[in-house]
Amino acid sequence: MNTVAVIGFAQSNQSLTTSGVETLVPVFEEALRDAGLGRREIDFWCSGSSDYLAGRAFSFVNAVDAIGAVPPISESHVEMDAAWALYEAYLKILTGEAETALVYGFGKASAGDLHRVLALQLDPYTVAPLWPDAVSIAALQARLALEAGLFTERDMAAVAARGSGGDVEEMLGHPYISDPLRNHDVARVDDGAAAVVLAGGDRVGRQRDRPAWISGIAHRIDPQGLGERDLTTVPSAALAAADAGLDDCPVALHAPFTHQELLLRRALSISDMLPTGGNAMFSAGLSRIGAAATEIMSGRARRAAGHATSGPALQQNLVCVMEAA
Amino acid sequence: MSIAFDYTRSLGPVLGRFMAGLRDRRVLGARTSDGRVHVPPLEFDPVTMEPVTDLVPVSAGGVVVSWTTGWALVRLDGADTPMLHRLEADDPHTGMRVRIRWADQRTGHIQDISGFEPGETDGSVAAAATEPVTIMTVPIQLDYRHTTSHEEDRYLRALAEGRIIGQRCPACRKVYVPPRVCPADGVATVEVVNLPDRGTVTTFCVVNVPFAGQRLTPPYVVAQVLLDGADIPIPHLVLGVQAGDVRMGLRVAAVWRDRSRWSATPENIAHFEPTGEPDAPYETYAEHL
Repeated sequence: MNTVAVIGFAQSNQSLTTSGVETLVPVFEEALRDAGLGRREIDFWCSGSSDYLAGRAFSFVNAVDAIGAVPPISESHVEMDAAWALYEAYLKILTGEAETALVYGFGKASAGDLHRVLALQLDPYTVAPLWPDAVSIAALQARLALEAGLFTERDMAAVAARGSGGDVEEMLGHPYISDPLRNHDVARVDDGAAAVVLAGGDRVGRQRDRPAWISGIAHRIDPQGLGERDLTTVPSAALAAADAGLDDCPVALHAPFTHQELLLRRALSISDMLPTGGNAMFSAGLSRIGAAATEIMSGRARRAAGHATSGPALQQNLVCVMEAA
Repeated sequence: MSIAFDYTRSLGPVLGRFMAGLRDRRVLGARTSDGRVHVPPLEFDPVTMEPVTDLVPVSAGGVVVSWTTGWALVRLDGADTPMLHRLEADDPHTGMRVRIRWADQRTGHIQDISGFEPGETDGSVAAAATEPVTIMTVPIQLDYRHTTSHEEDRYLRALAEGRIIGQRCPACRKVYVPPRVCPADGVATVEVVNLPDRGTVTTFCVVNVPFAGQRLTPPYVVAQVLLDGADIPIPHLVLGVQAGDVRMGLRVAAVWRDRSRWSATPENIAHFEPTGEPDAPYETYAEHL
């Protein structure tokens, strides 16, 4: 039974200030316009962001300025990609506590050293104190997959070339930045923000002719220890996909490294990929859900899915499958 | 801007013994109910959910499972899981034999392992571990380059010229200083409003407590000053008056530093001082408390 739908989406590929406020104001306006709602008609607001990225305490509270919290609002936050904030909002609507929700993610990764900041999501006793950078962690995963024969460095370059239009042979001539990863294997450090508007029940039809009904959404997590799991498989993604009822519909994948896209395509048996945008921290996963929903709301697809990942080496994964009525 | 903090992390019975082992040049793994030995140790058995109690010594030598520039996953002999640490090798490759290079100074910390280096261990086993480590210190330092918003930019540039500006919300008509997105309406403020450098103390506190980095000698007064024409007060020092004589409604004016020292900063205003005008009636600032 479909009870919750995506009815609006907007995103920005820049972030002016680390607080996110100035970036979020126009993103909210556009998402609400897309959904046909005023901001005071939103029952629940939920965000994904990180103080470590913003360089200030309680940065998500600061960002509430962009909402205009008078009269007081109902609001929550996750320190993960905002796709997980969408999951929370989805549940909030299912419980009947809210009929509408606006979910948003934001981050200005370029304000700091992203690949160093991300060390802080590792085990705080035995790994984080060593400050391994995020690219090195991904490189260890890539080598395991390459040496297991799952794919080649040429396959990885082809993933990057699909987006950049580059020449694979020429790309393979570039030096490693963290062996076996080359520059093109690593997502650019992006700033950005995204917002998705959800509604439940009868409200959906009143707002939008062709909403993207959520037919299944699920998230899973793999063990924290990098040595505690097979880094060449992505069990949490496969389980989330199964729980969400993912089939052969087009999918917007969130993969910050080329080898991770290849690992996810294997784990999820994906053949139909939607083009994806940037990789801004805390909004890239939500943007994938928004992009997949847009396929349905625009009439280009009857069914589509968005995927989000969070944590080191694809540790956490979320799949959201949507369809036309 | 650099942000730094030393996290002090308390260790439980498992990690406390593991870190004590490193101090004594011994590596302990956690044996779980399925017989597997985990290094670094798990604190709880992932199958039975019971606390792990069985810690067993493993070798300080092992094999590279995966590597990249400067780092490796190494499975120590006797362990079933690989651990991450630095790798210092001229010709790193998967399957190469490596051993732990111990730090000279060891405190019961993951940094007691300096890294892995090619070679075999000599097979010697260090003496049994001493008292478990209870706390480990993990310094965190991150650097940021904050970008000002357009509103902040305009405000700071005006200050550099000795002017104070606010911006008016198009929805509620309130004037914000410093200018910002209206937090009540969630819209950008557009209209620039020039504000005088005088106003009314809406509330204040007398600082009596000394603290690190304090620039003034207590007692002194920090007050909220509502500039005439603004709808939100700014915090600043009120000097040139006995702390005990500062009161709500007191009329004050900015004392600017010498013009030669101005830059794009609120510090161009040294402090506020009483103007000698009669106190402002309560009703004029009641809405701004």
